Amino acid sequence: MIAFILRRLAQAVGVLLAVGFIAFSLFTYIGDPINAMVGQDTSMEDREELRRKLGLDDSPPLQFARFIGNAASGRFGLSYRTSDPVGRLILERLPATLELSLCAAIFAVGLGVPLGVYTGLYPRHWTSRALQAVSLIGISLPTFLIGIMLILFFAVILNVLPSFGRGDTVKFGWWTSGFFTWSGLKALILPSITLGLFQLTLIMRLVRSEMLEVMRTDYIKFARARGLSNRAINFGHALKNTLVPVITITGLQLGAIIAFAIVTETVFAWPGMGQLFVQSVQFGDIPVMAAYLLLVSFFFVVINMIVDLLYFVVDPRLRGMGAAAAGRH
Amino acid sequence: MAKISRWGLASAAAFALAGALAIAPVSQASAKTFKWANAGDVSSMDPYYRNETFLLAFLENIYEPLVRRDQKLGLEAALAVKWGQSSPTVWFFDLRQGVKFHDGTPFTADDVVFSLNRANSGGSNMKAYFASVKEIRKAGDFRVEVETKYPDPLLASKWAAILIMSKAWAEKNNAQVASDATKNEENFATRNAMGTGAFVLRERKAGEKTILVKNPNWWDKPTHNLTEVIFTPVANAATRVAALKAGDIDMMYEVPPQDTDNLKRDANINVIEGPETRVVYLGFDQERDELLESNIKGKNPFKDKRVREAFYRSIDVEAIKRTVMRGQSFPTALMVAPGINGYVKELDKRPTLLKPEEAKKLLADAGYPQGFEVGFDCPNDRYVNDEKICQAVVGMLARIGIKVNLLAQTRSKYFTKILRKSDFKPGETSFYMLGWSPAATYDVHNVFEALIQTPSAASKKGQFNVSGYSNKAVDELADKMEAETDVAKRNAMILEATKLYTQDYAYIPLHQQAVVWAARKNVSLHQPADNRFPLRFVTLK
Repeated sequence: MIAFILRRLAQAVGVLLAVGFIAFSLFTYIGDPINAMVGQDTSMEDREELRRKLGLDDSPPLQFARFIGNAASGRFGLSYRTSDPVGRLILERLPATLELSLCAAIFAVGLGVPLGVYTGLYPRHWTSRALQAVSLIGISLPTFLIGIMLILFFAVILNVLPSFGRGDTVKFGWWTSGFFTWSGLKALILPSITLGLFQLTLIMRLVRSEMLEVMRTDYIKFARARGLSNRAINFGHALKNTLVPVITITGLQLGAIIAFAIVTETVFAWPGMGQLFVQSVQFGDIPVMAAYLLLVSFFFVVINMIVDLLYFVVDPRLRGMGAAAAGRH
Repeated sequence: MAKISRWGLASAAAFALAGALAIAPVSQASAKTFKWANAGDVSSMDPYYRNETFLLAFLENIYEPLVRRDQKLGLEAALAVKWGQSSPTVWFFDLRQGVKFHDGTPFTADDVVFSLNRANSGGSNMKAYFASVKEIRKAGDFRVEVETKYPDPLLASKWAAILIMSKAWAEKNNAQVASDATKNEENFATRNAMGTGAFVLRERKAGEKTILVKNPNWWDKPTHNLTEVIFTPVANAATRVAALKAGDIDMMYEVPPQDTDNLKRDANINVIEGPETRVVYLGFDQERDELLESNIKGKNPFKDKRVREAFYRSIDVEAIKRTVMRGQSFPTALMVAPGINGYVKELDKRPTLLKPEEAKKLLADAGYPQGFEVGFDCPNDRYVNDEKICQAVVGMLARIGIKVNLLAQTRSKYFTKILRKSDFKPGETSFYMLGWSPAATYDVHNVFEALIQTPSAASKKGQFNVSGYSNKAVDELADKMEAETDVAKRNAMILEATKLYTQDYAYIPLHQQAVVWAARKNVSLHQPADNRFPLRFVTLK
């Protein structure tokens, strides 16, 4: 187990280096941040001087090497856009994104799994058919449209929820939380629904098809013959056996929720990392983009590792086998 | 059908959540809290961080200049009560007495000398405002003198953009030097502020919100009635509009053109619009002997005035105003806007449009009976509807046999392509769009110096004259008006130089885009043409 985790961490370093290198090769194509950094009257010499001092005229591999060198000693530099230290900018934005992602994930899993079980158990019932039809739209409507519609309905027409922002937050050290104020909780509702809706439909459909599969198997029939209660059969035996693919997908989707909160954060002016990233791309703010991309790829690696470890918990067959075998999927 | 049930589900779920929370007491905001939003955040609290309208306009509420602009962009006394030139190369500023910074320390000449020097050193972006300055010196506790290298009649006007900060505060917090992007260290002034202005910085959360409160000890009589101001950046235009309609904000600064009509129909909202001082224009490469992006080889068609005239008089700015800009533009024939010193009203008349066959005849006379092909560079996120305007121009020129190949791209890539290089070598464009406002001086000389004078690495003039337009007579007039202190003589020079460049069809000025703001009905405010938003003119009912 320890060896497995260590091997995964070593792989993580490789992934981060690769992501960083690709990112830096692409940065040369986003344009020159210098013109955005200086006023229109700034002289050519001053522009060149600034470019030279920032090392922007160096080759991408050299810029990358310098970035990695500084990052290894914990220095991510200053944002070109705001002159704030990059590490602090991201740390300030991290709680907002993580809290939003957590709520969206709870919304998606908490509703997706029961709805999936229900539609799997009663596939022909009209409510199941209706849920199926509705979920198709959940998958096909773009996030920003869902967000704007929700704002229009709940903020503009009904005026019960805020149209943007995070509400009031409470500070715990460097962490800011919206979970402890009413305005903070109210502000979480619409963005969480917007962000989690796609995952909700995905999980619901996945659980449903897995349930349909499992309910046809012999051991379910035997379980019925043994006279077990419906509850024990449906949740103790059937659902548990559907969970391996569900955990895989949910894990990967959690990474996606964090990484792709970008759209939702932009729509709701949510002060998270995604919004920071969008602003940075528009400006050509290389230090922030690089740090953000590394952080997100790090999240993906960690989530994948947790997913692999969870297999051991839900699938007793794997516990007997070698950890390395379980790592492959 | 499916759609309806889907909404049913989503709203039912949200209702359940909302219902649980609705029991919470709604905290009543204090009566005079003003909430406003803009697409982007103020990039810093340091007044010398960027020479950028939004940053300076925002910080003007916290910091103040020596001489400030009134509602009509004229100059009025702020931290200086009297100013002028005691000799052609010496400016004096007599300072206001009894003014206090927000922390209670008194304002003196030391703060002014310190601030001016800080704005002209380190990572400051305001150094261009000090090109003429030789020495800044304290001449008493409440008098500052500035010696210039040559007579600079515009110094006081330029320095309306230089905001004065507390010397003691900056020294205490190790922020004596303006923050420098190339240094790997944080600057205290990036997130904190200490000025003398009408508002005090209470809280700064970069990218999230910035809260100001009223300065109770302000030296001036407040014309506003606000006690608290909350500014939030809301990047998404549709969200900003929704927030205004829902009453979550009282005012939005940048209104997307497509939403203006919608907002005008809302009984609770006022839309405020007026011309901006920036002129959006088109330019042609008149410098190279062969265009970079054209099928004409061996010569440059834009060197021929008839070709430029055919282009100019085939572009229907009124049609652009009607269709692309939805009425929100102010067509112009000049490179400067009303409100800028040196705007010549009687010359602001565009020549009549040509019929396609007349324009084709001009082109044929110039030697291009079949028309020609040319590349066209445009930004797509810099000016209001920039890419759409360019597309309209492509269509208009197609009618006279010019095939225009449009390349519209994001501003950072766009400017890198078209702007002059550091050695003043021309940028890589044949035909392009730009916008310019003489934001530093509010005077036409800035436009001549930057856009119209012959580009030269030696004289540093014409840095943004991307086209390479060159007319010796204009150059001479522009140099003379720089140092001329006699207003009547100077105006005659401006008139003459303006005539010359318009007759040459040096550029195709298109329009001033409209500054469009929207506010709820209970807000009254003032909108200056330079797109600044002074909170000191805001009252809430």
